[in-house]
Amino acid sequence: MVLMQGKGVSAGVIKGKLYFYQRPDNTVVKTAVEDLQAEKERLAAAQQASMEQLEALADKCRQETGEDSAILFETHAMFVEDEDYTAMIAEILEDEGCNAEYAVKTAGEQFAAMFAAMDDAYMQARAADVQDVTQRILNNLMGVVEGGIDSDEPVILAAEDLAPSETLQLDKSKILGFATRGGSGNSHTAILARTMGIPAVCGLGDGLKEEYNGRLAYIDGETGKVVLDPDEITLAALTDKYQRQQEMKQLLLTMKGQEDVTLDGKKMMVYCNIGSPDDLGAVKANDGQGIGLFRSEFLYLAADDYPSEDEQFEAYRAVAAAMDGKRVVIRTLDIGADKQVDYFKLNKEENPAMGMRAIRICLNRPEVFRTQLRALYRASAYGKVAIMFPMITSVWEVKECRRACKSVMSELAAEGIPFNPDTEIGIMVETPASIFMAEDLAKLVDFFSVGTNDLTQYTLACDRQCNDLGKFFDPHHPAILRAIKQAADAAHKAGIWIGICGELAGDISLLPTFLAIGIDELSVSPSVVLPLRAEIRKSIAQTCTLERLE
Amino acid sequence: MKQFTFLIRDELGIHARPAGQLAKLAKPYGETVITVTKGSQTVKASQLMKLMSLGVKRGDEVTVATEGPAEDDAIAAVQKFFEENL
Repeated sequence: MVLMQGKGVSAGVIKGKLYFYQRPDNTVVKTAVEDLQAEKERLAAAQQASMEQLEALADKCRQETGEDSAILFETHAMFVEDEDYTAMIAEILEDEGCNAEYAVKTAGEQFAAMFAAMDDAYMQARAADVQDVTQRILNNLMGVVEGGIDSDEPVILAAEDLAPSETLQLDKSKILGFATRGGSGNSHTAILARTMGIPAVCGLGDGLKEEYNGRLAYIDGETGKVVLDPDEITLAALTDKYQRQQEMKQLLLTMKGQEDVTLDGKKMMVYCNIGSPDDLGAVKANDGQGIGLFRSEFLYLAADDYPSEDEQFEAYRAVAAAMDGKRVVIRTLDIGADKQVDYFKLNKEENPAMGMRAIRICLNRPEVFRTQLRALYRASAYGKVAIMFPMITSVWEVKECRRACKSVMSELAAEGIPFNPDTEIGIMVETPASIFMAEDLAKLVDFFSVGTNDLTQYTLACDRQCNDLGKFFDPHHPAILRAIKQAADAAHKAGIWIGICGELAGDISLLPTFLAIGIDELSVSPSVVLPLRAEIRKSIAQTCTLERLE
Repeated sequence: MKQFTFLIRDELGIHARPAGQLAKLAKPYGETVITVTKGSQTVKASQLMKLMSLGVKRGDEVTVATEGPAEDDAIAAVQKFFEENL
C-alpha cells in the first residue's frame, strides 16, 4: 500500500486511474528575427486570440460556475492588453530584434516577479495569474492547443498545480477528482473543485510520483489521503465512505425542488441557519426554503469597533435580496456569555451565561440597538425580513423592543427612507421564564423560535461549556420536549407560528415528536435540509405521538 | 486638474476586481488621464497591473486625480465608483 498525505480541499472519496496532466511542451528559445514587422503582426494576432479565448471562457464560466470565476477571466483578458505589459513586450521585441515568444516570456516573468515580491499573500498569488496569461499568449504564438485528457475513461487528474484556465478547459466529464503536488485551500484548483463538487487533495509534494501515472488510486478530499493498492482495512473503510456518499448524492438529487410535506399533507417550513452572507451559496445549493436564523454577531465579532449602520444594512440587504422573497429571520445582537467582543467593554462576570448578554445589552445601550434596528428596517424594503430578539424572559422586555422598533420606523419615515412597516417581529424562546410566560409573550409577537441549546442549559442547569456533565446533559430530556410543547400550544392559541432553530431542529430522530407537537418550522444547517426533507416526506404526522415527552 | 482624497474602507482594497473595473471605467475617457496616488507612487487607472501592485488596502489614503478635456465628468464617475466599491 502506498499512502500519500496532502491537504483535503474539496470533500468526497473517489477511485480512479491517476493521470498526469501533460502541460504542452513549449520551451521558449531566443532567436533573432529578420522581419520585425511580421513578428509584430504575429504577436498582435496572438494577443487578439488570447483576448477572444478569455472572453469566451468568461462567458462559459458565467453559465457554468458563476459570476466570480467569470470576473477572473475578464481580469485576465485585461491583463493581456495591460498597457505596461504590452509596452514592455513591444520594447523587448524592438530592442533585441528577437522572436515574439522570447519577448512575451521575459515580460511575463518580470511582471510575475513584481507581484511575487509584494508583502501580501493575495497579491503574491496574482503572480500565478500573470504566468497563466503569459502562457496563453505563448500557446497562441506557438500553435499549442491546450486541454484534452488523452484517456477513454474518467481519471483522477494529477499535476504540479493547475492554472485556472487549465482547470476550466479540461473536459470535466473525464475528471473524477484532483491530486496536486502544490497548491493550497485557496488555490484555483481547490476553489474550482469545490464549485464543481468533486474531491481534491493538494499539497502532496514529491510523494506524488510521476511513475504512479496510470495506477488505480483512491483519494479522500476530506482527510487529504491518496492511497494506491490499499490494504483490506483501508479499502473497506474507503468503500464504505464512498457508498455513504453516493447514497447521500442520490438523496440530494431526488429531494431538490420537492415540497417539505408529510404523506398526510402537514407542511413544514425547512429553513437554514447562517452566520454570514457567505453561507448563502450553501443555502441555495441545498434548496433551503428560507433563513430561520441569521446570526448578526459576525458583524460585531469580525470588527474592531461597532459596525456602522451602513455596513450592517449592506449585509442584511444582501441576504434579504438573495433570498428573493423567502423569509429571512435576522436575530439581533447576541453577544456576551461564550461570545465576547473587546470594544463592548463588558465587565468580567463569574457566570456570563446568566449575565449581561444579548437583549440585555441592547436594552441597556439604546444607541447600539437603534443602529442595528435602523439597518434591519432599511433592509426590510429589499426582501422578507423578520426581526428576532434573543434571551427574552419578560413581557416588559418585548414591549420595550417594540417601542424601539416603532421609534426607528418613525425616524425612517420622517427621513423618507423605505422600509416595510409590517416586518414580522419574533422572539427566541430559550429561557425557562419564556416558557412559563409563553401565552402572554405570544400575544405580543408574530412568531416564536425555540433556541434549544440555551433552553437545555437553563432548564437542566447544565453549563454548555462544561464538557464532563455526560449523562446529565441530555438534550432529549422530557423536560425540554415538554417545554417546547408548552411554547407551541401557546403560539398556536395566539395564532402565530413556532419554529426551532437550535441543534435539536436537525436531530432527525426527533422529527416525529416535533410533528406531534405541531412545530411549523425547523431551521437547520444547510447540509441537513435535504436529509430532513427526505424524512419529512416519509412521515405521517397524524400517527406521530408524544411518547418521548413521557 | 480635479482631485479628491479617499480613505479605503474595503478590506481587500484595490484588488483584482475593483482594479479591473476601474481600468474599464477609465477607458472611454481617452485623453483625460485618471491617476491614483498612494504615498509617493502614482499610476494611471488604466495601468491595471501597476495599479494592483500599489497594494492599496483598508485604512490607506489615496489621492485620485483627473486631468484633460473631460476631467469634470471623469472625477465624478471615479468618485462615485470609489464610494460605492472601496
